[in-house]
Amino acid sequence: MAGRAVAIRSWPGAVAAALVAAIVLGTLLAVALRAEAGRGLGASEWAAIRFTIWQAVLSAVLSVAFAIPVARALARRRFFGRQLLITLLGAPFILPVIVAVLGLLAVFGRSGILNDILRFLGLPEVQIYGLHGVVLAHVFFNLPLATRLILMGWQQVPAERFRLAAQLGFGAREMWRVIEAPMLRRAVPPALAVIFAICLSSFAVALTLGGGPRATTVELAIYQAFRFDFDLGRAALLSLVQLLLVGTAALLALRLSGREGFGAGLDRPVRRWDTGGLGRISLDSVSISFAALFLLLPLSMVVLEGLAGVATMPAQVWEAAVVSLGIALVSTALMLILALPIAIAASGRARWLEAVGLLGIAASPLVIGTGLFIVIHPIANPFALALPVTALVNAVMALPFALRILIGPVRDVSDNYGRLSASLGVTGAAWLRLVLLPRIRAPLGFACGLTAALSMGDLGVIALFADPETATLPLQMYRLMGAYRIEAASGAGLLLLVLSFGLFWLCDKGGRGRADG
Amino acid sequence: MLTVEDLTLRQGAFTLRAAFSIATADRVAVMGPSGAGKSTLLALLAGFLDPVQGRVLWTGREITKAAPGDRPFAMLFQDNNMFPHLTLAQNVGLGIRPDLRLSAEQKARVAQALARVGLPDMQARKPAQLSGGQQSRAALARILVMDRPLVLLDEPFAALGPALKVEMLDLLAEVLDETGAGLLMVSHDPQDARRIAPMTILVAEGQAHAPAPTAELLDNPPPALRAYLG
Repeated sequence: MAGRAVAIRSWPGAVAAALVAAIVLGTLLAVALRAEAGRGLGASEWAAIRFTIWQAVLSAVLSVAFAIPVARALARRRFFGRQLLITLLGAPFILPVIVAVLGLLAVFGRSGILNDILRFLGLPEVQIYGLHGVVLAHVFFNLPLATRLILMGWQQVPAERFRLAAQLGFGAREMWRVIEAPMLRRAVPPALAVIFAICLSSFAVALTLGGGPRATTVELAIYQAFRFDFDLGRAALLSLVQLLLVGTAALLALRLSGREGFGAGLDRPVRRWDTGGLGRISLDSVSISFAALFLLLPLSMVVLEGLAGVATMPAQVWEAAVVSLGIALVSTALMLILALPIAIAASGRARWLEAVGLLGIAASPLVIGTGLFIVIHPIANPFALALPVTALVNAVMALPFALRILIGPVRDVSDNYGRLSASLGVTGAAWLRLVLLPRIRAPLGFACGLTAALSMGDLGVIALFADPETATLPLQMYRLMGAYRIEAASGAGLLLLVLSFGLFWLCDKGGRGRADG
Repeated sequence: MLTVEDLTLRQGAFTLRAAFSIATADRVAVMGPSGAGKSTLLALLAGFLDPVQGRVLWTGREITKAAPGDRPFAMLFQDNNMFPHLTLAQNVGLGIRPDLRLSAEQKARVAQALARVGLPDMQARKPAQLSGGQQSRAALARILVMDRPLVLLDEPFAALGPALKVEMLDLLAEVLDETGAGLLMVSHDPQDARRIAPMTILVAEGQAHAPAPTAELLDNPPPALRAYLG
């Protein structure tokens, strides 16, 4: 094919990708060099690998299976509270993990609401710890992500397509065959692959709800090797296993994502005609109610318990909140600097660059953190660099999500308007400002919101680096919990929830025009 | 003067060869069977595809490798001729400065051009608020302000009704008269060619032939064209 890339330059993307690769692989190398060689995988490592894969498969399949009816209901229904629900769908994913686990325990834990009801009915109680709890928490975190990813797929179907379907008198089966199934074939496999990969590298959930020989993930095993034994050899070996596992999942994700898009539609508001019929209405209602209850109940418990604790919060909590806000903003800026060039390059010929971005999923923040620690230690005091390092690692960790969100829309812009732009000489900075950024405003806002909120709530690298004087808000909350000041911790949890949520809402709202219908 | 020297394009098993020249201000139709490579020829000239050999020259200057925006052409596509998120004034203004940093005088030119094509007071509209005919008029307003010596049309009016299409072709002819530009227009309708293009390039069997007088070609078509015209 003698085609020519139009309006697009690849080298800034290649530079950004090289930088990410250097951070991820360079730190891994630093850890590996520090490690002693010649150790094989023992029984406990194999058990961790088996558990990691099995829980990730269950979590991905259940998340996506529940997300499809919910996304469909949201795509074709207009109802009171729909906009709020779409915003809330972003919440569990960006909810700081400790806070979310607190909420899930309040609902599904030993003395939670569910067991209270079961006891009242004389039924056996449910056990949240172990595989059940890990999968439950992962579905709680990823069902909304899957819903939003699939909802975006639905919204990328141009309004003209639904108008045509209504005109042709499509029934449920034709609608499925001609519009929904092709869209889902495009949207579901990448969603499955991303959630599978996320769950492979989930750490905090396994730390709080798993543990023990039967429910330890590879990530958790890495952490334990560092934290409890400072056994760099075992940690490095496990890191390689983790990189292999998630690298495979990432390649799978790339394989599965097709690049053909639906044709461009002019930006008319989406109106749907296929909303009649008792079956559709009740299916949609049940889906939406179930999803809302599942998401809202734990969140409500966090708010209720937090309100009671706000008054008992010490001053350090507010200082930590300011530190966390700064880190979140810097992380978001770094993410944009890395993600936009890579997305632009990957939407053209340099498609393989997307895989470099996915290194962020394959990498463990703890491995990067330890690697940076080893690299920085001889030249500077790593503790003094705790905050910049945290911002950088958070940006790299958010990069895979940002790329997953951005590459499709960027590709659509260059597929649909690349030739027009080139023929008018709209290239470089003008193309970025006049064509690309306005046309990807919604996904861009979503990506920024995710990054800012994830960074706000992150408790990973900072735990390795922080000295007693430095703390982000999640770390401060963790310290309060460690000191058994549960009320103050709940208050800090609520503050953290409000800040994470507020950042996400600001960015997402800023970008979203059409997603609200 | 556009000169196409011994140009060869390959796309998989498909090969297109072209060798011809067009005098400045000539109006030339491009006709031929479906899939023969009419649109491919235009994409090649516009710089969206790279030839495996041959040269494209404009008044003696080689432009074979030039970026699409640096060629002396203004182009309209079958669809997506307007950015949906930009206003008409912005869409037209892109034809003057691709970065849209327009002076007051240039903005006045945009307004003038929109008024000239029959769209006064529509500067702030978005394309989705216009009818198909109005969108075509706006695209012609951009051709007007771009003021390039050759206009490439890849059937931008194909979706319009017959009367509207005739209206657009007449407006196009007026625009060409005013700018003095030449025209290279892909068409599948012999009436279009007769109406606006005295010369026609026949694209058939992997070859873009030199322009021949349209009337003679249509009255006395070679076998490939005869089969297509029916």
